[in-house]
Amino acid sequence: MNESKSNLERVRAIIRSQYFWGIVAIFLLLLINLIKDPSYLNLSYNPTTGAFVGNIIDILRAAAPILMIAVGVCLVIATGGIDLSVGSVMVVSGAVTMEFLSAANQPDSIGAAALAILLALLLSTVLGLVNGVLVAFVGLQPFITTLVMMLAGRGIAKVITEGQNTSATNEPVRWIANGYAFGLPVVFLIAVAVIVVVSIVVRKSALGLMIEAIGIDPKASRLAGLNRRGLLLTVYAISGLLAGIAGIFATASVMTVDVSRTGYQLELDAILAVVIGGTSLAGGKFSIGGAVIGALLIATLDKTVLFLGVPSSATPAFKAIVIIALCLLSSERVRSLFRQRRLTTPLTPKETVPS
Amino acid sequence: MTQTPERAATSTSGGARIVDFLDAVQRKVQERASTLPTVAALIIFVAMIVYGEIAYGRIVQFSTLSNLLINNAHLVILAVGLTFVILTGGIDLSVGAIIAFSSVAGVMLSNAGWNPYVVILLMILIGSAMGLASGILIQYFNVQPFIATLAMMFLARGLASMLSTVPERLGDDSAIRAFATQWKIIDGPKVNDLVVTPGVLIAAIVVAIGFFVLHRTRTGRTVYAIGGSEQSAELMGLPVHVTKLWIYVISGTLAGIASVVYTSRLGIAQNITGIGWELDAIAAVVIGGTLLTGGAGYVLGSVVGALVLGLMNVLITRDGGIRPEMTTIITGSILFIFVMLQRGVIGRGR
Repeated sequence: MNESKSNLERVRAIIRSQYFWGIVAIFLLLLINLIKDPSYLNLSYNPTTGAFVGNIIDILRAAAPILMIAVGVCLVIATGGIDLSVGSVMVVSGAVTMEFLSAANQPDSIGAAALAILLALLLSTVLGLVNGVLVAFVGLQPFITTLVMMLAGRGIAKVITEGQNTSATNEPVRWIANGYAFGLPVVFLIAVAVIVVVSIVVRKSALGLMIEAIGIDPKASRLAGLNRRGLLLTVYAISGLLAGIAGIFATASVMTVDVSRTGYQLELDAILAVVIGGTSLAGGKFSIGGAVIGALLIATLDKTVLFLGVPSSATPAFKAIVIIALCLLSSERVRSLFRQRRLTTPLTPKETVPS
Repeated sequence: MTQTPERAATSTSGGARIVDFLDAVQRKVQERASTLPTVAALIIFVAMIVYGEIAYGRIVQFSTLSNLLINNAHLVILAVGLTFVILTGGIDLSVGAIIAFSSVAGVMLSNAGWNPYVVILLMILIGSAMGLASGILIQYFNVQPFIATLAMMFLARGLASMLSTVPERLGDDSAIRAFATQWKIIDGPKVNDLVVTPGVLIAAIVVAIGFFVLHRTRTGRTVYAIGGSEQSAELMGLPVHVTKLWIYVISGTLAGIASVVYTSRLGIAQNITGIGWELDAIAAVVIGGTLLTGGAGYVLGSVVGALVLGLMNVLITRDGGIRPEMTTIITGSILFIFVMLQRGVIGRGR
């Protein structure tokens, strides 16, 4: 950021930044795909639908829900909290959408679609608010609060659909997930728009700074006059809302909500995306750009595993290996090996004063 | 726990004595504030038993209580392991997935004709190896415990899925099944017997060893010290690094043992076994009064926590009128209520 830095230093700073390795990993994965199939990155234009077609587009489409929850979780983690409930909020949101549409009078109208989406987003925000109230006003640990919400959320979804995997038909909702605008998938455009709005709100106002302040030291931030409770409430509500959007994305592509599998373990994907992006789980700093890269990496990884023909049951193992490799690459110990021991600051204080 | 009758007795006598007594109680409570959540869990456990007996009946009898122990032996073992980890302020999310991997691998090897005792040893060692891997990532590469064990969870679950995605049945004559032999201690009327399995005994031994290590050895003191303040512990010259590595090995090993106990009881292993068990185990530890931030808690509390969760499932099943979709909501709310109750107790204690 510093203008006076020389180019070399700037390059070094980029390499040292956590999400640099995320970008490297994305390119490595794409390279692996390219070696397997040299035409992997080809994009073709389909003039009848007015859309680009290609694997990259598929990756972007698949990344949209992960992007949404990753950004939400990123903000929550910045306050020193954690949101484990995003996957469950997704399935609740999907269940509301599908259940409303299948029961609507004119299931194929735009009005029904708008109402369903509004209802789903409202309920998701309410669930986020419940998390926020429990964390900010009741003072529960975020871990436990959202753990409870994660358990209960899936139950709520099952109650909404009465345990069924509800399907519905609605062209406008389907279009959101499968349609194209300006040649790109609508989901991805919506996701980008939401992220841009969130980034501007957070980074162009003091909101981001205040969120980080809470994460660094809640007591100090309160003494500095920050409305800690209000901010926490806002952050958890935003996370719930974004998870609700992700839930609509995830269910609209197949127009079915699978109460036991929609959003299953996606909270873990979201957290991984955030951490890959360089946001410390300890809170106090966040990088939305990093979370975006993390989410893209996970989407790329999912598609690569499919493309390489690895059985999809093995995806978690593959993911784990990539994640472990990333963690190792970004750890000081390994990096200092690369830096030929120029930097000798120890990570932790050594044994001190024996007597 | 003996406070209530005493208080009732003194309420009839002079005001000064009441004040004195309340002061004494307050001092006692403040001295032992860290035991209060565990005591609360115990009270709640007893209350649940009483409620269950009154509302549904047939709770306080040998067969129900022995089944409670037999069905939750693996959870108790997991909870002991997680107590160590959470006491240091860490977390282990991989235990459920380790059980899946270890049991699928064990059953397949056993069916392939391997010596059952070698298989059992391997099942436990798989857990230890996974725990060691998380420990090394956390201790030597500075990866957050959450992420390292999350990665291990994905890895173990993926490896289990690579081995098999269908339920693997353990051979009926396999020696591993011996861990689920039912020993009748008291032969009650009809099926109302007090039954113990080797699995329950193993759980009891694990609890005893866990209790001894945590409360009677230097390692145990170091675990508490790390949870209190890692930096202070290090400055005091305690072996922080080795201990932190060890607790993840312990947690992984216990997950392996839990896997043996569970597999022997069920006789079936599947790659989706143990989904969400890490959360059950964390909940058991938290209900038992261990602070998630580390530094305070008891192994015996976690055992009570595991039994509370088990009993809760029994009560939900007994009720019958509860739709299956509601179970997770009830589980969630009860977990929430427990955390709230404990916060209330801690708040009053301080």
